[in-house]
Amino acid sequence: MTGTNAIELKSITKTFGSVVANKDVSLSVRKGEILSLLGENGSGKTTLMNMLSGIYYPDSGEIYINGEKVDIRSPKDSFDLGIGMIHQHFKLVDLFTAAENIVLGMKGKTKVDMKAVVEKINGLCEKYGFELDPYKKIYNMSVSEKQTVEIIKTLYRGANILILDEPTAVLTPQETRTLFKILKKMREDGKAIIIITHKLMEVLELSDRVSVLRKGEYVGTVNTNEATELSLTEMMVGEKVTLDIERPEPVDVNPRIIIKDVSCSDKNGIKVLDNINLTVNSGEILGIAGIAGSGQKELLEIVAGLQSVDSGSVTYCPPDSDKCQELIGKSPLQIRNLGVALSFVPEDRLGMGLVGSMGMTGNMMLRSYRSGTKFFTDRKSPKKLSEDIVKQLGVVTPDISTPVRRLSGGNVQKVLIGREIAASPTVLMTAYAVRGLDINTSYTIYHLLNEQKKKGVAVVYVGEDLDVLLALCDKIMVLCSGRISGIVDARSATKEQLGLMMTKHSEETEVGDNDK
Amino acid sequence: MEFIISILKAMFTPVFFSKAVSQGMPLLFGATGEIITEKAGHLNLGIPGIMYMGGIGGITGAFIYEMSVENPVGAVGVIIAVLSALLFSVVGGLIYSVLTISLHANQNVTGLALTTFGVGLGNFLGGSLSKLANSPGQINVKLTGDAFRTTLPFLKDLTSKGGFVGGFAQMFLSYGFLTYVAIIVALLAAYFLNKTRYGLALRAIGESPATADAAGINVTRYKYFATCIGAGIAGLGGLYYVMEYFGGTWQNNGFGDRGWLAIALVIFALWKPVRAIWGSIVFGGLYILFASVTLSTAMTEILNMLPYLVTLIVLIVSSFRKKREYQPPQSLGLSYFREDR
Repeated sequence: MTGTNAIELKSITKTFGSVVANKDVSLSVRKGEILSLLGENGSGKTTLMNMLSGIYYPDSGEIYINGEKVDIRSPKDSFDLGIGMIHQHFKLVDLFTAAENIVLGMKGKTKVDMKAVVEKINGLCEKYGFELDPYKKIYNMSVSEKQTVEIIKTLYRGANILILDEPTAVLTPQETRTLFKILKKMREDGKAIIIITHKLMEVLELSDRVSVLRKGEYVGTVNTNEATELSLTEMMVGEKVTLDIERPEPVDVNPRIIIKDVSCSDKNGIKVLDNINLTVNSGEILGIAGIAGSGQKELLEIVAGLQSVDSGSVTYCPPDSDKCQELIGKSPLQIRNLGVALSFVPEDRLGMGLVGSMGMTGNMMLRSYRSGTKFFTDRKSPKKLSEDIVKQLGVVTPDISTPVRRLSGGNVQKVLIGREIAASPTVLMTAYAVRGLDINTSYTIYHLLNEQKKKGVAVVYVGEDLDVLLALCDKIMVLCSGRISGIVDARSATKEQLGLMMTKHSEETEVGDNDK
Repeated sequence: MEFIISILKAMFTPVFFSKAVSQGMPLLFGATGEIITEKAGHLNLGIPGIMYMGGIGGITGAFIYEMSVENPVGAVGVIIAVLSALLFSVVGGLIYSVLTISLHANQNVTGLALTTFGVGLGNFLGGSLSKLANSPGQINVKLTGDAFRTTLPFLKDLTSKGGFVGGFAQMFLSYGFLTYVAIIVALLAAYFLNKTRYGLALRAIGESPATADAAGINVTRYKYFATCIGAGIAGLGGLYYVMEYFGGTWQNNGFGDRGWLAIALVIFALWKPVRAIWGSIVFGGLYILFASVTLSTAMTEILNMLPYLVTLIVLIVSSFRKKREYQPPQSLGLSYFREDR
C-alpha cells in the first residue's frame, strides 16, 4: 500500500481579498499514514483542508488524489473522491437518530431500509472499535458521540481519506485516547488521515509525519520520530520578527483589577477557566496569549460582568481611592460605569458591541443614550464624538450616518475602539483588536493602546500574533486549556518559550464530566 | 351540570360524529398540506387563502363546465373541479414559494398577504360568477356537488337498520370520496415523512437546512416541491368545503375561519399527520358543538372558541413537556442562505 500518495497538493495558493491564506503550499499524504498539520491560529490549516473538502477552490496549484489530477468544485466532488472531512462544528440534525443522520442525503431506494443501515453501521463500529448506538438521538449525545457519528458518516460513504479539524479540542483525555486508538486502526486499514491540530503532545503520539504551516506558508515536513516538542515549536512560530512598535515604560503602576481563584464552566459543564489568579496593573499593557478557545473570551467577559463564575472573586481598585470593590454580582452596566471598558472583536466584528445597520452616531448612542435630558435623547454629543473619532483615528467613511456594516473591517474596529476609549476608562480590555487588519491600521491601534497606557489606564490585550505581543506588552500571561501556564516579562521572553507554554498540555486537566 | 350532560348527550351520537367528520375534513386537508410545508421549514400562513383559492377554483371549473356543456356529467365535473382546485391552490403555493424561498421574503408577511389575496380573489370570482349565473351572492353547481356527495349505494339500507350496524355505517361509510381521500393523503404523508429517503431529507431541511445542504440535498428544490404540494393538498380542503360539505354552493366569505383552524390543527397534531386525522375530527366536533345544543348567543360564542382554546392548551402542555419531538421544526420560519463561500 505504501509508496502511493493518497493526496498530493502542489503549490496551492488561496487568497481572500488582499489576505493570503495559503501561499504556495505543497504537501503529500501516503496511504496508511497519519499526517499532522501543525500551525498557529490563522496559519491557514483549515483553509487548506477546505480546498480538499470542496468548500473553497484554490486560486492556483494542483491537487492529486491517488495519483490522478482532480478538480474539486463542491463538497459532492469531494465525497465522490472518497474524501471525508470532520469539521469542528458538527453538521448533524439534532432531532434525528445517529443512523438517520448517517444515511441522510445518500442515494438509494425510496424506502429507507433502516435495518440494513444499522447493520452496516454496526459493522463499521466493530471493525474500527467505535461505540455507538445507531438509534440514539443526536440531542441526547455527548460531544464525543457526535464526533463518532460524523466519522462513521464519512466511512459509511466509503471515504478513504479522512481529514479531522482539531478533533481533540472538544474531547476529554480519555475520549482522546479512544479516538487515537480508532485512528490508528484506520491507518492499519490503509486509510490516509490528516489531523489538524496545535497540540504538540498529540502530534508526537499519533502521527507518522508532521507538516507545518506558518502564516499561510509551508514550512516543511518532518518525520515524527525525528521531531521534538522544541523543534516543532521552532518550526511553528518561526524566527523572531522585530517589529517597530513603540513600548513606553509603564507609569504609575498600581493594581487595578485583582482576579482571585476564578473558575468557570461552559453550558456542558466543562471547565473553561480553572483557578485563575491575575493582577492587572494600571499603566501597563498586559498581553494574554493562548490558542483560540483557551478561555480568553470568558476571562474578559467575567471582568465585564457578562459571564457568571463558579467560584472566585474579581476586585476592582479605582485610581482615586483606596476603596476596592467586588465586581462579581454587579451588572455589566454598573461595571462599565466604574470605568471598565471591554472592546471585543469577535470572529465577526459586528457581532458584539456594534449594530451593523446603524450609523456611527447611533452606535455611539448605545453607550450614551441614558445621558439625555428627560425623555429625549441627546444626539449632539454622540454626533460630535463620531466626528472626532473619524478625524482622530482616520476612519474612512462617506458619512457618519453610513451604516457601520458598510465600512471595511479596519474602520469598524476603529469605531469600536474609539468609542470605548472616548469614555475615558480606567481599564481597557481588547480582544483580537487587529484581527484581519492591514499593517498600517494595526499600528494605529497599537498607538491608541499605548496612549491609553501612558494615561495610566490598565490595558488588557488579547492577541494572536506572538511577535506583536512580545513587542507591545509589558507582561504576557499565557493560557492553556483554561489554566494559566505562566506569566512572563515581555521584554525578556522568547517566542519559543511562549509557544511551548501555549501548547504544553498537562494530562490531568479537564476532568471528564461532559456526559452529563 | 345538566347543561354539560346535555352537551355530552348531543356529542356521543353517530350523527354528531359524522357531522364532526365532515366539518373536520377541510381542516385535515389544510393541516396535512401545512405539515408538509412546515417540515420544509416554511410557515405558510397563506394556507387560509390557499384553501379559499382551492374552493373557488373548484367551483369555477365546475361552473364553467356545467354552463358550457349541454348535458354535463357529474363525474366529469368532479375531475374538472379537482384539477382546477389544484391549479388554483398550487399557483398560490408557487407565489408563496417564489417570494419566500427564492427572494427570501419574510414568511409571515408573505403568508398573511397571500391569505388576504386568496380571500379577495375568491370573493371577486364568486361575485363575477354569481352575476353570470344571475343568482346574486351565490353560485350553485348542483350536478357536480351531488357527484361529490355520492355515497355507497347501499348506505341507506345500512343506516336504516339502526343499532350497531346502522351506527357504524353512519360513522364511517356515510361520506363522499373526498373524505377518504383526505385520510389516505394524511396517511401517505405520514409514510412519506417517516419512512422514505425523501421524507428524511425534507425533515432534515426543516430542522437544519445547512446540514441537509452539506449532505448533498437540493434544499431549494425540496422547499419548492413541499410548499407547492402542500398548497395543493390544502386547496382540496377548500374544494371539500364547497362541494361535499355545501353540495356545490359558493357563498362569499362562507369558508369563515376554517383556514386558521387548519393551522391551529397543525400545532394540535404536533406536526404529525396521523394525529391530525383524529385531531381534525375533534376540532370539527368542537366547531359545530354549538349547533347541537340550544344555547344563548353568548354561550355559542364561547363554544366557538373551543378549538382555539384547545390549541392553546396543547401549546402550553407541549412546551412544558420540553420533548424535542413535540417542538416545531427548528428552522421553521427562517430563510436559508447558503454560507458565503
